[in-house]
Amino acid sequence: MLRILGKIQRIGVITEAAPTDLEPALTQIGARVKARVGELFAGSLAIRQVDAGSCNGCELEIQALANPYYGVERFGVHFVASPRHADMLLVTGPVSRHMEEALRRAYDCTPNPKLVLAVGECGATGGEFGVNYASCGAVANVIPVDGVVRGCPPTPLDLLRGILEAIDGAGVKPR
Amino acid sequence: MTADAFDAFKQGLAAGGVAFEEVASNGLDPARVLRVNPEHWGQFAFEAKRRELRHAGLWADDGGGATFTIRALFEKQGRYLLAQADVEKGRPSLPSQSVHFPGADRLERHTRDLYGIVFTDHPDPRRWTRHQGWDDDEFPLRKDFPAAGFAHDRTPADHLYKFTAAHGSGVYEIPVGPIHAGVIEPGHFRFLAVGETVLNLEERLGYVHKGIEKIAEGRDADGLARLAARVSGDTTVGHAYAACVAMEKAAALAVPPRAVWLRAVMAERERVANHLGDIGAILNDVAFTFGFYQFSRLREQWQRASQSVFGHRFMMDRIVPGGVAVDIDQSQRQQMSADIHALRREMKTLMAIYDDAPSVEDRLVTTGHLDPTRARELGTLGYVARASGVDIDVRRDAPYPPYDRLAVKVPVYRYGDVAARLRVRAEEIAVSCELLEQLLERLPDGPVRASWRPPAAAEGLAIIEGWRGELMAYVRFDADGRIARYFPRDPSVFNWPALEHLIHDNIVPDFPVCNKSVNGSYSGSDL
Ligand code: SF4
Repeated sequence: MLRILGKIQRIGVITEAAPTDLEPALTQIGARVKARVGELFAGSLAIRQVDAGSCNGCELEIQALANPYYGVERFGVHFVASPRHADMLLVTGPVSRHMEEALRRAYDCTPNPKLVLAVGECGATGGEFGVNYASCGAVANVIPVDGVVRGCPPTPLDLLRGILEAIDGAGVKPR
Repeated sequence: MTADAFDAFKQGLAAGGVAFEEVASNGLDPARVLRVNPEHWGQFAFEAKRRELRHAGLWADDGGGATFTIRALFEKQGRYLLAQADVEKGRPSLPSQSVHFPGADRLERHTRDLYGIVFTDHPDPRRWTRHQGWDDDEFPLRKDFPAAGFAHDRTPADHLYKFTAAHGSGVYEIPVGPIHAGVIEPGHFRFLAVGETVLNLEERLGYVHKGIEKIAEGRDADGLARLAARVSGDTTVGHAYAACVAMEKAAALAVPPRAVWLRAVMAERERVANHLGDIGAILNDVAFTFGFYQFSRLREQWQRASQSVFGHRFMMDRIVPGGVAVDIDQSQRQQMSADIHALRREMKTLMAIYDDAPSVEDRLVTTGHLDPTRARELGTLGYVARASGVDIDVRRDAPYPPYDRLAVKVPVYRYGDVAARLRVRAEEIAVSCELLEQLLERLPDGPVRASWRPPAAAEGLAIIEGWRGELMAYVRFDADGRIARYFPRDPSVFNWPALEHLIHDNIVPDFPVCNKSVNGSYSGSDL
């Protein structure tokens, strides 16, 4: 017990100041996300992530948003288990044909108004896989998309920026 | 399997009535190749089982002629054996090997779905990789099947797959997926439970099948390396590494020593990153959030260092045909050494805290138990095998450069529970740190890439230790130097079935932590 308390005290809070110059924009973008989420989503943006065929690289970076460096919950962004609770779908992958119907259903289950963000080169364009007998390619080939986050995979910061742009540009009406 | 054991095995085959001949093929080294009469394919597996060989993969190939070639890889004590058989395209069938090696079950069903090759006495007639994306008389990996497939408006859900059913009072089904609650890959799990206890788990994968083997065809070497780097995002280094080694063997291309060592640096870094992430995620699943935050913090730092040294947080596309795409300088080398030093210290502190937390221990010890006999029978690999007493590691048992110049320690535990799988990972981080120190210290000078020359009509096989375990890649070039066949076999293929066993008699709420402790790749298995 003492060890654990000691460790917690020594490490301290690492979220606020991203310690390297790799992410100088994190806190600025985060502050803007927080402000917009406050205005448009009553302080809480619920995201349902759907892997529709990705290589899992994109998922790892989306997961990283929860590590203490990014800690996106502090900006009002959180991930939910059901599309019925979601304001936004974050969809990765070239959409595999075997995930096509599941993706459509998740989309239909998400209440309006909703935002769809296609993530990664694959989500944006089909990437290295494109369209083939087993792949529908870009997310936009299957459901309507409001924005894309490029990158293979996009970094956590790219993702946060993409989320901001999507809620900024989509003209979602405040409720 | 020593040379003597190999001869004894061949004698055993002959005595068992298996017709075969040994064939020479340079690119397939270190495996020795036996061509087997297809009618004796099952008998061959029986003899292999009897001699305690391990099944390490199975795939088919359409050379464009009148036959399909089926291949199966076996291993014993670091020696590899590749069996192959040709079957007529008109009636492509041969006996199953999964009767003797249950771990080969899904590979055979995958081969049947994609080539239409029938494994006559296969115990499970259900499709595996095919859902509703193509019809049951279409076989995407046959050369006459176009990569674009045939017109489909929409692919319906695959709701007719027959899962094992149970009858009796109090037994109920829990369907989970394909979209899971967390930020993870899609797949379906069908539980049969009584109260909270899992009676049976059946996995149904194939949801992220995206035609990797098919779209590899016709690519050049660089294109294949890019595709291989995306077989499974967490193993981007591993799969690119294996694909490049296989291509280089086919081309008989010597890779500069510095590149060989840098590849190993990346492979060890990938292992450390994934193990850190997994330990954090396992602890998160038992609500030890302190551990989750600490280990995910270490993982993030490690990934940032990969970004600063190799220019990518996952080192994707850094291994290329002929070598590596980036070199490192003295200051980066020093930085990496300092990072390793710091990580070691952190691991020591954190593992001491972990050892000090009885409530965590209570959740992980005896949970998700996989006994050593079952682990061996299924042919499990990597940390799943090593946590259940199976002492294997390609880096030590069949060392490829640069591991032939390094001593690799292999942590092995016998308890086979989630705690053991966590412990093996933690110790492997320490081993990787040692290896990294040596790799950096002894890094040879010189160029990092040899110029690529495409070979004509040649094949290559690579077997390396990925972070999840033994990983293989087979590559065949056509007469024009383009890829005619690419088959990557992720270790997950042999570890997924273990999850179905180790979850027995555990409670449903412990499934996430059991699943995380195995952490199979969906993408790497579905292809
Ligand atoms: S964009 Fe890159 S990382 Fe993301 S799913 Fe596609 S290949 Fe994987």
